[in-house]
Amino acid sequence: MVLWRHYPYHTLLKHFVYIAIERKEAILDPQGKAIGHALGSLGFSEIENTRVGKLVRLTVDAASPEAARAIAERAAEKLLANPIMETFSVIAINEEPILTAELTQ
Amino acid sequence: MKTRIVVFPGSNCDADAMHAVRNVLREQDTEFVWHKEGSIGRTVDLVILPGGFSYGDYLRTGAIARFSPVMKDVIRYANAGGMVLGICNGFQVLCESGLLPGVLVRNAGLQFACKEVYLRVENEAPLTQNIPMGTVLKLPIAHGEGNFIADAHVLEELEANGQVIFRYVDRDGNVSQNANPNGSMNNIAGIANKERNVMGLMPHPERACEAMLGSADGLQIFESLRASFSSMNGTRNATPDRAAQLTSSTI
Repeated sequence: MVLWRHYPYHTLLKHFVYIAIERKEAILDPQGKAIGHALGSLGFSEIENTRVGKLVRLTVDAASPEAARAIAERAAEKLLANPIMETFSVIAINEEPILTAELTQ
Repeated sequence: MKTRIVVFPGSNCDADAMHAVRNVLREQDTEFVWHKEGSIGRTVDLVILPGGFSYGDYLRTGAIARFSPVMKDVIRYANAGGMVLGICNGFQVLCESGLLPGVLVRNAGLQFACKEVYLRVENEAPLTQNIPMGTVLKLPIAHGEGNFIADAHVLEELEANGQVIFRYVDRDGNVSQNANPNGSMNNIAGIANKERNVMGLMPHPERACEAMLGSADGLQIFESLRASFSSMNGTRNATPDRAAQLTSSTI
């Protein structure tokens, strides 16, 4: 678990911002469907549904995690996600790239 | 007809479009415009966004091409009433740029579709000006992401306004699920914006302009564009610099 250290406000820090992009539920995800079928045939009967999205990691220079989030959300709105078919969410902001499943919010 | 064909990194039907317009349609004033150009030029009559895999289809098809330097001017030109035709990847770029509604996603069934399809002419637009409604055209498709989707109200509006220009049909002109190669909503193969100056379609008319290529039906589309350009510009001699005028009035 990485804790936020306190820096003077004028210091820009590197923030690793993770954005998950998913297709809206109503939109067919043929790739997820194909993978879901493969999982089913491997015996994963507990897996009810598989959907494939994207994970984007942005390295953002910002004064605070909040500022980094705002920048990343602007980028997602403008380019990373198409609101007609996708939704996005900032799922983690960290001082280091996350190499394990541990997510720090 | 002064035609400009935009070339993005990864465009691969630009030369086909050039061949169709310059050599088959015999419109000599046809040039490529590299995507880094800030302008498509003055007094342009038709801009073609060709097929291909601009920027490797990274992120989403057409998503990065949409922010190419030249697109700013294409959007300016389209908003001023200029004629724009997006073919395949060009259609995807037009949707991403917001010049056309909806978006094109992965084909239902995951397969890249490369074959000849039949299209029915549904509504009037510059690219169908010479073609009677209901005509069935045979054109090739070659795409992995041609599945047209839009929100329910957008789809309703498209249909109500007659903006659906082409639909996938069988040989006899019937709309059916079997005739739909990619899962597109309402079998949509091509649409226009409300003003009908911006048009996009997934099939490739530029690859079907000569009988030796299996179909010359595509030529009817290019001939229609030329005919509508001629009729739109009946007053062209009096106002030779239409695009420039539109530019100065919109800036």
